[in-house]
Amino acid sequence: MIRVVLPAHLRTLARVTGEVKLEVDGQVTQRAVLNALEASYPMLRGTIRDHVTQQRRPFVRFFACEEDLSHESPDALLPEPVVNGIEPFLVVGAIAGG
Amino acid sequence: MSSVRVLVGTRKGAFVLTSDAKRERWDISGPHFAGWEIYHIKGSPVDPNRLYASQSSGWFGQLIQRSNDGGKTWEPVGNKFEYDGVPGTHQWYDGTPHPWEFKRVWHVEPSLSDPDTVFAGIEDAAMFRSTDGGQNWQELSGLRGHGSGPRWQPGAGGMCLHTIILDPSDANRMFIAISAAGAFRTDDGGKTWKPINRGLTSQYIPDPNAEVGHCVHHVAMHGARPGVLFMQKHWDVMRSDDAGDSWHEVSGNLPTDFGFVIDVHAHEPETIYVVPIKSDSEHYPPDGKLRVYRSRTGGNEWEELGKGLPQSNCYVNVLRDAMAVDKLDSCGVYFGTTGGQVYASADAGDNWAPIVRDLPAVLSVEVQTLP
Repeated sequence: MIRVVLPAHLRTLARVTGEVKLEVDGQVTQRAVLNALEASYPMLRGTIRDHVTQQRRPFVRFFACEEDLSHESPDALLPEPVVNGIEPFLVVGAIAGG
Repeated sequence: MSSVRVLVGTRKGAFVLTSDAKRERWDISGPHFAGWEIYHIKGSPVDPNRLYASQSSGWFGQLIQRSNDGGKTWEPVGNKFEYDGVPGTHQWYDGTPHPWEFKRVWHVEPSLSDPDTVFAGIEDAAMFRSTDGGQNWQELSGLRGHGSGPRWQPGAGGMCLHTIILDPSDANRMFIAISAAGAFRTDDGGKTWKPINRGLTSQYIPDPNAEVGHCVHHVAMHGARPGVLFMQKHWDVMRSDDAGDSWHEVSGNLPTDFGFVIDVHAHEPETIYVVPIKSDSEHYPPDGKLRVYRSRTGGNEWEELGKGLPQSNCYVNVLRDAMAVDKLDSCGVYFGTTGGQVYASADAGDNWAPIVRDLPAVLSVEVQTLP
């Protein structure tokens, strides 16, 4: 079970409170987690990564295990504590004014 | 008894203002989508409880929300706006080619006949259509594919398609406007488009007869006379009596011919409204006095309407989609400001009062007249 923490605006959009828990088949990568997230919550499509290019949106960051994973390959394996559900995968809205 | 519902989009959410036909006491609901930019909300003319809203954010991109109960509840629908084919390039500010990139939806325009059909005007400028209630969107690529597309250039607010007008007498005819390309018309339901900018002069482009490149701020039409169009351009208020084939200036005695909004009285096709704004970079009312100007002669002769509006120290702007009229017997006129006020006049502009004073900056105002 993968634990995902969404920023407040996306929790409101997805109508969830607290963490989201996802089953991810195969290797646990950013792409696999986001695919599973969007499959469970289709309203999040296009809000974390661009619909067409599938690139992370510029003001969205991915953190886990006290590391910024935003610039990692979307196909890189996530840290073991995320894979076994000890630590959450955090989707963060960047501090960028507004 | 009739009532009105005012749909307000702001920098930080949407608000729905409702009143009975007296338009004296208002209920205010919101913010809906708190913290998100709501560029535009509009209801279906054939099913007034069907609303569409453009919701966007610099962090999380674009969403389209749909309501089936007049704005009490909402559901997100499709938000994939993918240009048809290879997007190609338009002109960047420095004159170099720049790839077309989707940024946001500026305007949603529900069909006049089908609540599930809705058009969207987007930045970078293109027009999309959904025929399934907003779930899926297809580009009407004949517009962007017009031969002039590579010469279109963004205005200061981006290269946005901000105005969509559907002709009630001809389902195949639509008008759109783009900053800073100009106005266009289709007569075949969106397959092909022609620029309709003859007669516009723009001091910032060298060719006085340029086919495109004009910074059109807004266009308005009265449904009973779809061949007559009124335009507020970056400078100049313009009029066309031949569906945009030619334009002539009707700025007349306005204190400044710059502004963003323009609208037409619901029952008097020759009565039009603008809010003059001091150009070019100040973007607030002349002399700090907020005044609507009304022409009962289709332009050229304008009267100042300021009763109930602040007449000193007022330095707000009124953005292009932030004026609307209702259809009650005594036509109501409404507009919103970047200072967060929404003003209403229940007597066609003679007297004004704020419905609400302290919203976030208002981006758009639409009005529904309900039975």
